[in-house]
Amino acid sequence: MSALITRNASVARGKDDAHIHALMNHVLGEVPAMSRRSFLSLAGLGGSGLIIAFCMDDAASASETKAATNLFAPNAYLNIAPDGVITIYSKGPEIGQGIKTAYALIVAEELDANWNDVRVEQAPIDQALYGWQGAGGSTSIPNNWDTLRQAGAVARSMLIAAAAVKWKVDAASCFAKDSKVHCRDGRNLSYGALANDAASQTVPDAKTLKLKERKDYSLFGKRYTGVDNVKVVTGQPLFGIDTTLPGMLYAVYQKCPAFGGVAKSANLDDIRTLPGVKDAFIIEGNGQATEVLSGVAIVANSTWAAFKAKQQLQVEWDEANASKDSWQSFMQRATEIAKQPGQETINDVGNVDDVFKRTTDSAKIVDAYYYYPFVSHATLEPQNCAAWYHDGVMEIWAPSQNATQAVQQVSKLLDIAPANVRVHQTRVGGGFGRRLMNDYVCEVATIAKRTSAPVKLTWTREDDMTHDFYRVGGFHSLRGAVDEQGKLAAWQNHFISFTADGKKPISGGDMPAGEFPALLLSNYRLMQTLMPSGTPCGPLRAPRSNSIAFVIQSFIHELAVAAKRDHVEFLLGIMGEPRWLKPGDIRALNTGRAANVIRLAAEKSEWNKPLPKGRGRGIAFHFSHAGHVAVVAEVSVSSNKQLTVHNVLVAADVGPIINLSGAEAQAQGAVTDGLSMMFAQQITLSNGRVQQTNFDQYELLRMPHAPPVKVHFIQSEYNPTGLGEPALPPLIPAVCNAIFNATGERIRTLPLTKLGFKWA
Amino acid sequence: MTTLTVNGRSVTIQNDVDLSTPLLWVLRDHLGLVGAKYGCGIAQCGACTLHLNGTPIRSCSVPLAAVAGQSVTTIEGLAAKDGKLHPLQQAWVEHDVPQCGYCQAGQIMSAAALLKQNPKPNDAEIDNAMSGNLCRCGTYLRIRAAIHTAADRMNGQGNGGSKSGKSGGAV
Repeated sequence: MSALITRNASVARGKDDAHIHALMNHVLGEVPAMSRRSFLSLAGLGGSGLIIAFCMDDAASASETKAATNLFAPNAYLNIAPDGVITIYSKGPEIGQGIKTAYALIVAEELDANWNDVRVEQAPIDQALYGWQGAGGSTSIPNNWDTLRQAGAVARSMLIAAAAVKWKVDAASCFAKDSKVHCRDGRNLSYGALANDAASQTVPDAKTLKLKERKDYSLFGKRYTGVDNVKVVTGQPLFGIDTTLPGMLYAVYQKCPAFGGVAKSANLDDIRTLPGVKDAFIIEGNGQATEVLSGVAIVANSTWAAFKAKQQLQVEWDEANASKDSWQSFMQRATEIAKQPGQETINDVGNVDDVFKRTTDSAKIVDAYYYYPFVSHATLEPQNCAAWYHDGVMEIWAPSQNATQAVQQVSKLLDIAPANVRVHQTRVGGGFGRRLMNDYVCEVATIAKRTSAPVKLTWTREDDMTHDFYRVGGFHSLRGAVDEQGKLAAWQNHFISFTADGKKPISGGDMPAGEFPALLLSNYRLMQTLMPSGTPCGPLRAPRSNSIAFVIQSFIHELAVAAKRDHVEFLLGIMGEPRWLKPGDIRALNTGRAANVIRLAAEKSEWNKPLPKGRGRGIAFHFSHAGHVAVVAEVSVSSNKQLTVHNVLVAADVGPIINLSGAEAQAQGAVTDGLSMMFAQQITLSNGRVQQTNFDQYELLRMPHAPPVKVHFIQSEYNPTGLGEPALPPLIPAVCNAIFNATGERIRTLPLTKLGFKWA
Repeated sequence: MTTLTVNGRSVTIQNDVDLSTPLLWVLRDHLGLVGAKYGCGIAQCGACTLHLNGTPIRSCSVPLAAVAGQSVTTIEGLAAKDGKLHPLQQAWVEHDVPQCGYCQAGQIMSAAALLKQNPKPNDAEIDNAMSGNLCRCGTYLRIRAAIHTAADRMNGQGNGGSKSGKSGGAV
């Protein structure tokens, strides 16, 4: 195991690190050296103000620095100063997926930089420079892999060219390593020393440059600590909710508890008289849950004054067009619908009816009805955003994972030219897909346009849990058959899902025709029936897969049991010969990679080694978001249904690993996330309202129940793909299959608490 | 006016701040210390954990009126006076604990209180002491390992490292 790489203290000369040092001194009662930013911390004890400080100073300091030092800045992704400091700009939001570290490593690898020389800053939101700046679908790495490598390679090539000119040698006799250009004759020059000369070299066409081969990588695959970890552990202002602006006001926004209800009137006069309250008003909104729904804004001089006033708020809602959703009715209707054929046939290959008819041994036909509930993202940082409308410019500090779209939405919503909507990306206290939506951005921008001061909107936890874009629930009526040879012969699924518009499936509630194992079977039918719903839904970590993997990969186990075959063998049988179903398309299943992770998981978990009575091992594979992942879990269940998950093993192939620590963290986190979702999480609806409001009713896994997780990667020859999502889907079926193997109880409904399970 | 001590310094909170204001919001909105985080407001998540007279509390649920004249230590005051990180902070960085990072200040403050009371906790004692702190990203394994590392180092046992199976899997 290689040591974790932390950067030298000497890199702490970055401007923000120096500032942090000053802030810390201030907290500790020493008088910091008066800096141009120190005025911002005067109000407090060394806390907030950092974000605005950057914003206000960036333009000035950047031009000062440029004038003073002639930075070598060949593109928007990096610059090198004469003192050797390499600044790399991370274009995407850091939502906990480790992208700020990974992006910098990709540029640094191709630049042949010494990691100790690198500091990383958040890039400005600028579509012309960076394209889409967001995080979703585990696409950050695959979609930027070439661009970032080319950005580093361009700089490297110009540094080499500058050195070659200086030494009067052919560039081919020079090479880069460790932040230096070396000549084969033994001379070398540091990147810092070459920065000025490199800046005057012609910028080459990135496509003509030869990128490094796998064998030449020197940074990838080791363990690196996150580039902002020191700031995180010292409590520095990084997150959207930490934003502080001069003269800032604090807002809350109350929407109708039933989705889509409209505020008719409210006790605004009373609210305005409450301590600290500056204003209270109804916002009509544009009826879009993704932008601004009708509600009441309260603006106060502190968060608490706003929260407290909100408790006194009385609103008369017009619920004529509001959601009437009820989880109880959904469940009842779905059971009725499941008795009928689906309204639509999404895919129909071969002849499943024929196979079911021919299968005379009833033990070889399995019927099963699975369902799972709505769940909430519950990011630990509640939705929030700060905005300041000044000089015709809407300036926004957003913990969004989709800032590019926020610019477009606010521009259209408030009729402000896109160039005058300036979004600053903050660190994000958990994304999980929730912050692909920018409703909190649109809300605060609407409020800020009415206030003459900067304003920060903070949702209470209750607002957050009752106004999410939920992972939609779903129901599956399945029938499968195995043949005399014990092979999977036919598969039929009637998927009962939801629709928001009466036509297409709701976001996250669709099932693609080619979803596993459709493309590997000769007889497969997928039918679908949609029930109308007024509850906003959206992508949650590994959308679709996070729910349907539970169904598909549990049902495969049911069929393996019916076939009296070992689950691993049965899975490998389904994969068949190694082949890439659509060669070149990373979103297409590669059965060879699938089989490899299944075999690795089996081998590392000692799959065939007998377990003591009462213990069970379960496996599940799933392919999602370009990742091939198999998970093995080992559990035991006591007679009164107390569950212990003893350990979990993850085997994944997402190509070469950039940051081993970050990659393992994503897999470990996905296991915890999956256990949370499996065990206790359920959002229920009644009369259009979400019934869970806080963590006492919607439980996240706590430390005592977090099992050890071992992670194994197959670093295959394919280009790297993302790992924020694909390790999650196989977790739940792996554990549920293990519960079956331990107890004989088949889990077809989530969460487990509804079935009487408790943690041991 | 309410006077209290924050990270060793005496601070005065003016009368216009409501005495019902939770300490969390006094720190965040009035004193500019935003390390303690708002997560739930009902003492369920632990993101707002800090020390009151050395004891860990959920500052979202303790009003200003209850802390007058008392001593508060926040994550911003945990490192040594010379800026040297607390062994827990150092271990957190070495184990690359944070993912989104939002809960980590609260986690570290709970861990710091644990180590003051129990310098050599085992896994079960760590789990018990940390069970009030939620991590939505699921960094629990690394938190456990980092606490062991810091405890070992504070006890003068060098590099430390996980000393039990349950901490396995972390860096």
